[in-house]
Amino acid sequence: MMLGLVVSMVLEAAGRWRPLANDNLHDPESPAIGVLQEPAEALSQLPPDTSGNLVNWVKALEEGKINPRTNIRPETKVRIRDTDVLMTETGEMPVVRFPHKAHTMWLDCSNCHEQYFISKVGANPINMLKILEGKYCGRCHGAVAFPLTECKRCHSVPRNKIKP
Amino acid sequence: MARFLSQLKSMHRVSRLLLWVCALMTMLPLHAEYGDVVLNRRAEKEGMPPVIYPHWFHRIRFRCKVCHFELGFEMRAGSNDVTMQDIIDGKFCGMCHNDEVAWGVENCDLCHSGRPGMKSHIYGGHQTAGPGIW
Repeated sequence: MMLGLVVSMVLEAAGRWRPLANDNLHDPESPAIGVLQEPAEALSQLPPDTSGNLVNWVKALEEGKINPRTNIRPETKVRIRDTDVLMTETGEMPVVRFPHKAHTMWLDCSNCHEQYFISKVGANPINMLKILEGKYCGRCHGAVAFPLTECKRCHSVPRNKIKP
Repeated sequence: MARFLSQLKSMHRVSRLLLWVCALMTMLPLHAEYGDVVLNRRAEKEGMPPVIYPHWFHRIRFRCKVCHFELGFEMRAGSNDVTMQDIIDGKFCGMCHNDEVAWGVENCDLCHSGRPGMKSHIYGGHQTAGPGIW
């Protein structure tokens, strides 16, 4: 029984990231199979997570497990902002804390401002339906950044912890 | 003793069944990796298989801002009208896929590696199927 469990756990771990030949996107006959890096090879080395790529990308960056390039052109200005925004109109859900730091480590200001988000507190009529449609935060969350099932990562501040 | 043995046997049977279920689950083709993008705005019309763009591979090496700010990729699958000429001219993918930073355009098959007939879209199989506009 124990042996069975151990073996099944190993099998489960091996199946966590689909092999490219078996991912329903790549043509199994393509010459690229066997040349391209397999997801399991790279992703199993990074801080684990429970959703998305099963990698905590922000942690991977903060801990120096990865060091992705910030720019290609030497003249590009790399902008980082370290302020949090609290979004308090969240009904009965905890308040949303938006950390600029974690976002600007990856993105430039212009990726969100002013095309998707107006740079003024309260100026963006965001709601979960719009996010589920892929607008506002949903431009990335639910597509490439952690998915929308991870409610508490954004709705992270209990209302009674907010100073009036 | 006999009861213990038969219990052991049935446990063994259950664990074997579990093992088969797990083995089957790993063998079944299920999902693309989260954030994988199929690009097929032009590829198949022009006689090539669709392109598979894996976000996971690129974000280990580049921050989002490199492609979505410096290179000007719009953040919506299928909305960037990229031609091979653009890439050869060093625009879009061609900023890196030039045999200097990454493999060059002569390695057609490495990018054009998708199954036929897929639409430009963002794929990936964890929990959410992706937003409506994709």
